[in-house]
Amino acid sequence: MLNSRRLIIAHFWVAFSVFGLALILGAWQMFIRSPLASWLGNPEWYYRSVTAHGTIMGYVFPTLVAMGFGYAITETSLKTDLIGRRWAWAGLGLVVLGAVTAMVPVSLGKASVLYTFYPPMIGNPFYYIGVVMVVVGSWIWVALMSVNLIVWKKRNPGAVVPLAMYANVAGSYLWGWTAVGAALELLLQIIPVALGLRTTIDAGLARVFFSWTLHAIVYFWLMPTYIAYYTIVPRAIGGRLYSDSMARISFSLFLVVAMPIGIHHTFADPQVGAGFKFIHSAFTAVVALPTLLTVFTICASVEIAGRLRGGKGPFGWLATLPWRNPAMLAIAFSFLMLGFGGAGGLINMSYQLDSSIHNTQWITGHFHLIFGGAIVIMYFVIAYDLWPHLTGRAIASMSLVRLQLWLWFIGMIVTTFPWHYVGILGMPRRMAYYDYSNPALSDEAAPVVMSAIGGFILLASGLLFLFILVRSHFERRIEPGQYTYAQAAHAVTRVPAALNAHGLWVALMVALTITNYGLPIMQLAVRDDTSVPAVFVGERR
Amino acid sequence: MSVEKSASGDVALKIERRWAAVSILIIAFLTGMAAYAGIHQAVMPQTTVEIINPTTLHMTGEFIESNLGSALEPDGSVTVRAVAQQYSFTPACIVVPKDTPITLRATSADVVHGLLIQQTNVNTMLVPGYVSVQTAKFEETGEHLMPCQEFCSVGHEGMWAKVQVIDKPQFLAMASNKRRLSCAE
Repeated sequence: MLNSRRLIIAHFWVAFSVFGLALILGAWQMFIRSPLASWLGNPEWYYRSVTAHGTIMGYVFPTLVAMGFGYAITETSLKTDLIGRRWAWAGLGLVVLGAVTAMVPVSLGKASVLYTFYPPMIGNPFYYIGVVMVVVGSWIWVALMSVNLIVWKKRNPGAVVPLAMYANVAGSYLWGWTAVGAALELLLQIIPVALGLRTTIDAGLARVFFSWTLHAIVYFWLMPTYIAYYTIVPRAIGGRLYSDSMARISFSLFLVVAMPIGIHHTFADPQVGAGFKFIHSAFTAVVALPTLLTVFTICASVEIAGRLRGGKGPFGWLATLPWRNPAMLAIAFSFLMLGFGGAGGLINMSYQLDSSIHNTQWITGHFHLIFGGAIVIMYFVIAYDLWPHLTGRAIASMSLVRLQLWLWFIGMIVTTFPWHYVGILGMPRRMAYYDYSNPALSDEAAPVVMSAIGGFILLASGLLFLFILVRSHFERRIEPGQYTYAQAAHAVTRVPAALNAHGLWVALMVALTITNYGLPIMQLAVRDDTSVPAVFVGERR
Repeated sequence: MSVEKSASGDVALKIERRWAAVSILIIAFLTGMAAYAGIHQAVMPQTTVEIINPTTLHMTGEFIESNLGSALEPDGSVTVRAVAQQYSFTPACIVVPKDTPITLRATSADVVHGLLIQQTNVNTMLVPGYVSVQTAKFEETGEHLMPCQEFCSVGHEGMWAKVQVIDKPQFLAMASNKRRLSCAE
């Protein structure tokens, strides 16, 4: 049952269009700061571009994918019409309006503050207001997901909530709460200054608020990908989900432990004491748990597919897997990138190891590998998997799809591995220009060229993705049948009450946020001697 | 659908639980390692939060211009004081002796900056309103680049300083006729 097709397609098309634009900016940035380009006359163009790239890729693109996918999951897993379709359109409208509102001042060079805001630098108020509108639009989706699940539960008392919906609603709650940190920073601190109502701002407190959002947002980006791992891939490759309850435990754990760990982003900051840095470091280790559980469950689910197809012995099942199936290919790539990126993440999590790579290109490499690599490649799979159901037409060409996925994987590895390497050499992030003729930096020239080439491969792959989606709108009509999710190897007839609802986990999420953030925020908020003068960018006042 | 337990279901559950236990052990090990490294002072984050007013840095307190640079302390250690501003560090070239405990004290006069000393693990944010403190010890003489590692607006790409590590006797000789040292002599 997929009756809100236009709504879902609209979300996906806006998401993928802005993704394409931001990808072009990203490739240009890779090129312009590499030794391949001669020096750019105005470095401000570079920071303008980074601000746009980060804002779109961080706030607009994944949010719209999660929203569109969320509506699709609601209708297909609950087998009912989406409640509040008009509200959903309003949410989309607000996100689009917010994105445009934010991007106008960015394009004019009046808000080159990067998507991480960095007060006391203050840009044009419309940039921040636009970002707030994007977030508010997405909160409509959060509310709709909640309402739809509650109504369904009332109509189906005692029934097991389908795994996809359970995870989807968990993701929406995570986003609803994690966005509060940046929202507080914007509404209480930055926007009053940007509007001229105040002239000073506590930069340290702003960084703590932002860290509240900055880490858990990654798990919000990850949610659609994990939903695809658990509920799409095993079905698409002819396997079974190894364990439904372990999947629920993983999603519940994400809700709880993705939040109280963000202070690891401020390890090198002077405004947070050592104690909370250690606590957040330890919690960051715990967030590896749901991922370790996921890796096991998904590998086991894939193994079932291999064995059902006749694979024997400890490794024989690998050979019989349907490697020409895009979902199979993508999950293999995604896991490889998740493995490398996760290993890097364990390094970042330790204060001691982090201090040799903090704010170097290593970090850029790390989150591009995790988000751009492991996560986004599964967004492609979600689109390819849903597209025939949304358009009623076949996917244009399976071999192009495979080529696209291969290019994305190769491009991401070629881009991010050299990035990690130059990070270890101490190359700082976010500079419009590096003097490669300096003997101390000349070692960085060759890896930077390599990663720029990786950037071009990614651009080619991204454009190919858009091409395939467009072409598929004009393919032959097919009857795609009902959209289904992976079946568990052992039928699920009952799940513990705690794993059929979100209340306990949301309560834990809020409680841990208060224990882990309450004191660091209060300590700074009650002081009146920590505010510093704002520094306006893009205009002279 | 049957509700009775199947034998294969039990096996699956057992394997799954075993893996969960292994995962928890891995995480406990990692956390333990971090705690061990912390307790044994490999590198530690600063323990106290120090506040400073960036608008009066140049007029009063330890970050007035004549007090910036490297200072030899009575206990033989060296304190380096530095200020970051759009788009430079003061001093632009820091000089330190090798094999000597160094305490770096730095802050920002305007926006958020950061500093890292290449080939070392000296790496800290500089947030206006707060003093960053970090300790270090250099085991070899030589020169390192010290870029600003946080975006600080349009001139960020030009914000590079240097750190010179020199032999201790040479440093002590320099320190005998000057209170605060930097490379520029």
